[in-house]
Amino acid sequence: MITLSVNGEEREFDGDPEMPLLWYLRDELGYTGTKFGCGAGLCGACTVHQDGVATRSCMTQMLDVDGVAITTIEGLSKDGSHPVQLAWIKHKVPQCGYCQAGQIMQAASLLAENSNPSDEDIDTAMWGNICRCGTYQRVRAAIKTAAGDL
Amino acid sequence: MRAIRNVSRRGFLKSTAAAGFIIGLQLPNKIVQGQQAVEDDKFAPNLFVRIDDQGTVTIIAPRPDMGQAVRTALPQILADELEADWDRIEVEQALADVKYGPQGVGASDSVRDSFMMLRQAGAAARQMLVQAAANEWGVDAGDCEARMHKVYHPASGRSADYGELAMAASTLPVPDADSLTLKDAADFRYIGQDMEIVDLRDIVRGKAQYGIDTVVPGMKYASVVRCPVFGGKVKSFDDSAALDVAGVERVFEIEGGGGAPSYNSLGGVAVVANSTWAAKKGADALSIEWDMGPNAVYNSDAYKTLLQERVRQPGKLIREQGDVEQGMASAAKTVEAEYYVPHLVHATMEPMAAVAHVEGDKVQLWMPTQDPQGTKSFINQALGFADENITINCTLMGGGFGRKSKADFGVEAVRISREIGAPVKVTWSRENEIQHGYYHAVCAQRLRAGLDHDGRAIAWHHCTAFPSIGSTFQEGATYGLEFEINQGVVDVPFDIPNIRCENAEAEAHVRIGWFRSVCNINHAFAFNSFVSEMAEAAGADPGAYLLQLMGEPRYFDPSNEKTKFWNYGKETADYPFDTGRLSHVIRVAMDKAGWGRDLPKGHGLGVAAHRSFLTYVAAVVEVAVDDNGDLSIPAVHYAVDCGLVVNPDRIRAQVEGGAVYGVSLALNGEITMREGAVEQSNFHDYEVCRIDNAPEVHVHIIESDEKPTGIGEPPVPPFAPALINAIHAATGKRIRTLPIRDQLRA
Ligand code: FES
Ligand code: FES
Repeated sequence: MITLSVNGEEREFDGDPEMPLLWYLRDELGYTGTKFGCGAGLCGACTVHQDGVATRSCMTQMLDVDGVAITTIEGLSKDGSHPVQLAWIKHKVPQCGYCQAGQIMQAASLLAENSNPSDEDIDTAMWGNICRCGTYQRVRAAIKTAAGDL
Repeated sequence: MRAIRNVSRRGFLKSTAAAGFIIGLQLPNKIVQGQQAVEDDKFAPNLFVRIDDQGTVTIIAPRPDMGQAVRTALPQILADELEADWDRIEVEQALADVKYGPQGVGASDSVRDSFMMLRQAGAAARQMLVQAAANEWGVDAGDCEARMHKVYHPASGRSADYGELAMAASTLPVPDADSLTLKDAADFRYIGQDMEIVDLRDIVRGKAQYGIDTVVPGMKYASVVRCPVFGGKVKSFDDSAALDVAGVERVFEIEGGGGAPSYNSLGGVAVVANSTWAAKKGADALSIEWDMGPNAVYNSDAYKTLLQERVRQPGKLIREQGDVEQGMASAAKTVEAEYYVPHLVHATMEPMAAVAHVEGDKVQLWMPTQDPQGTKSFINQALGFADENITINCTLMGGGFGRKSKADFGVEAVRISREIGAPVKVTWSRENEIQHGYYHAVCAQRLRAGLDHDGRAIAWHHCTAFPSIGSTFQEGATYGLEFEINQGVVDVPFDIPNIRCENAEAEAHVRIGWFRSVCNINHAFAFNSFVSEMAEAAGADPGAYLLQLMGEPRYFDPSNEKTKFWNYGKETADYPFDTGRLSHVIRVAMDKAGWGRDLPKGHGLGVAAHRSFLTYVAAVVEVAVDDNGDLSIPAVHYAVDCGLVVNPDRIRAQVEGGAVYGVSLALNGEITMREGAVEQSNFHDYEVCRIDNAPEVHVHIIESDEKPTGIGEPPVPPFAPALINAIHAATGKRIRTLPIRDQLRA
C-alpha cells in the first residue's frame, strides 16, 4: 500500500506500483489539469510539485511517491490567486492552454527557489516545458512580473 | 472585467428553463428563422444568441478553439452589434451541425467568413429588443437606442434592461438582413479590443477541458497499435502477454479503410482496459506481424533525389505570361537555385484523443476537432450512422495546426466503442502522433531568373514538386491541387514580364495533410530566398530588391487561359490582391527592424514577405551566428495587414506563435521515412522550439478598415526565408535545404 497526499488530501493506492503518477492523477483522481504530452520526460506538460519541487509526473512511478506530498495545478492555490497564475492572466500567456499547467507549475517552482531569476535562469528552468503554440516570450515576461509580485 | 462563464450544454439545459428569445440565421447572411421560446429539450435551428429573462446573453461559438481564440473573437463580434454587456455573456460551444454554417477551423477564415453573419445576428437581436421597448412605451423605435444591455428612450428618460425585454422581443418578427442597421466602426465597443480569452481563467487553474480530459460514466480506455507503414495490414498477432496485463480486458483487430486515406482510421490492434496505463502497457506487450504493403518501398532520401530530378525537367504548366526562354536568352545574367523542405508533423501538445459512445444506431463523440461537420459526414458515410444519430461535442483542442482537421482518431474511437458496446477513450501516445500523422508534404523546387544589365528581373521560372493533399482524398493523385499551387507559386505578384510556373509529378507514399500555412511554407521559403540570391547577383540590397520586384501598387491577378488564380476561393472583386499593401508591410517591417543599421559582427538582417490566406505579412529577422556556427535570434519584426482587427492582442499572440512555429521548422523540423516507416518518435528526435530559441517578436499591426482576413497561418511562411536571408547576410552562407540543423557548422 502506497500512501501519499495530493493537494493536501491523504490518499492510499494499491494498484500497479509502476504506473506513472500522471495516470493516477488523471484517471483515478480526476485531476486532469496535469497533462499528458510525451510520456518520456521531454515536454513538461505533466509537471507537478513533489514536496514543493517541480517533477515530471509521467516519469514518476507510484512506488516513488510513497509518503510524498503532491501538488497539482488544481492545488497550487485555492482560487487561482498564486502570483504566477495572476501574472499569467496579466500577460495573457495561454493560447490553446494545453501546456500551461506544466509551465505554471514549473515557473512556481523556479520562483520558490529563486525569487529574482535572470533570463538565463528562466531559460534553464523552463527549457523542459514545450509550448507548441509558442507562448514563450509571454512566459518569460510573466515570470518576471510574478517575481516582482512575490 | 469578470471572466465569462462558460456553460456546458448540460448546464445550459438546467439553467434556461426560464424563457427567453433566440435568433437564427440561414446562410449566407440571410435571416430567415423566426425566434421562439426556449425550451429545455428543443433547440430551433440556426441559433447564435439567446437571451433569458434575467438578461443573460448566451452566445453560441460556432467554431471550436485550438488556441486561435475564436471562442472569444466570434462572440466579441456578435456582442458588439448586440450592444451587450460583456460581463453578462455566456459562451456555449456549438455541436457539429450544418445549421451553424461553416464550423471548420483550418484556413484562417473563421473571422473572415463569420464576421458579417455574426454582426447581423447581433444587430437583429438588438433591433428586436429596441422594437419591444418601443412597443411597450408606445413610442417610435427610431427614437430609442440600445446601449450596454439596455434600451433607452432619451425623450422620456425611460430605460429597460434586455432581460425585461426578452420575452416581448421573442414575439416579434425577425427583421430581414436588408433592414438591419449595422453599427459604425467608430462605435465598436468590443471589436478592436483586447478582450481576454473566455477560457483564460480556467486554463490557469487547470480546469479547462480538452478532448483528452473527457470522462463519461462507464468509460473504458484504449490504446491502438497501427502498422508502421501506411497501407499495411495485420498479418497475425499474439495477444497472450497483453491479456496478462492487469486491467486489460479485450484485444482485437480493428479494420482500417482501403484506398485513399481520407478521414478513415488506420486499422491495427486495439487493447481495451480499465485505465490509460493498462491499455498502454497491454499495447506494448502485443506482438504483431505486419504485411507492410506497397508503401514499404518509401525512402524519403531517395524520394528527395527523385523530386529534385523532376523539377529539372519540364512539368505541368500552371502559369505563363510572356516568353520565359526568350527572356532568359536576352538576359545579361541568369540565376538558378534549388530548394528543399522535408516532411513535417504537427506535434500538437495534446496528442490525438477522442471518446466515443455507440449505443445501438446512435453515436456520441467528444473530440478535439477542427472539422466538426466533416467528421460527422465521414462517420455517416463510412460507418453508416444516420446523420441525425451522430452527436459531435467539440472540445477545446490542445493545438490543432491542421492535424485535428482529420477525423481518423475519432473514427477509430467509434469503431472500438461499437465493438465493445461501451464508451471508450482512445488516447494516442506521442509516438503514435509522430508516426501516424498526415504529414506536411516534402517539396523540391527549382527557380531560375534572368536579369538585365541593370539587374532588373526580366524572366522568372519556378518549378515545384510535392505529393499533394489531393492524394489523401483521391488515390493516385500526383499533381498539386489548385489551392496548393496558388500558395506561393502562381500567386507570386512580382512585376516581371516573362513568367513560367510548373508543377512536376509526385506520388504520395504517406498520408499528406494540411499543416499550418500548408504549401506556403515551402514556396515562400524558396521564392523569398531566391529574391535574396537575385539581389546578390544584381549587387542590390535584398530589401530594396524585393520592393522593386513588387513594382507599382496595383491589383494583381495573373489569370489567363493558362493560369488559374485561386485567391483563397474568394472573388478578386471582394478581396483583391493589392501589391501596395504587401509593399507597405515590407517597408514597415524593415523600418521597425532598423534595416540598414550597423550590426555587430556575426549579426545579419533578413527580410521575407508573403500574402497568404488573404493577409499581407512581412518579417525581418535578426540573427547572430557565432564562430562555432551556433545561431541565436535576438529579434524579429513582423508587420501584418489582416484588414480590420477584432482582437489585437490575439493577433499579436498568433504572430508570436507563428514565429515560434517557424523557428521549429527552420532549425530542426524533419520527418524522414525508411522502408515506409517514420524514423522519429518523440520530442528527442523531432525537436521543436524551446524557450531558449524563442525570439522576441515585435508585432506591428497595420491599421485598416478593409475586410478582416485571417491570422492563424499567415505569420508562418515568411519566417524561415527571413531567417535564411539573415544568415546569409551574417555569414555569406546560403542555406537551400531545411532544416538548418548543423549546416552552419560545416
Ligand atoms: S508528459 Fe511528462 S514530460 Fe511530457
Ligand atoms: S499554449 Fe498551446 S501548447 Fe502552450
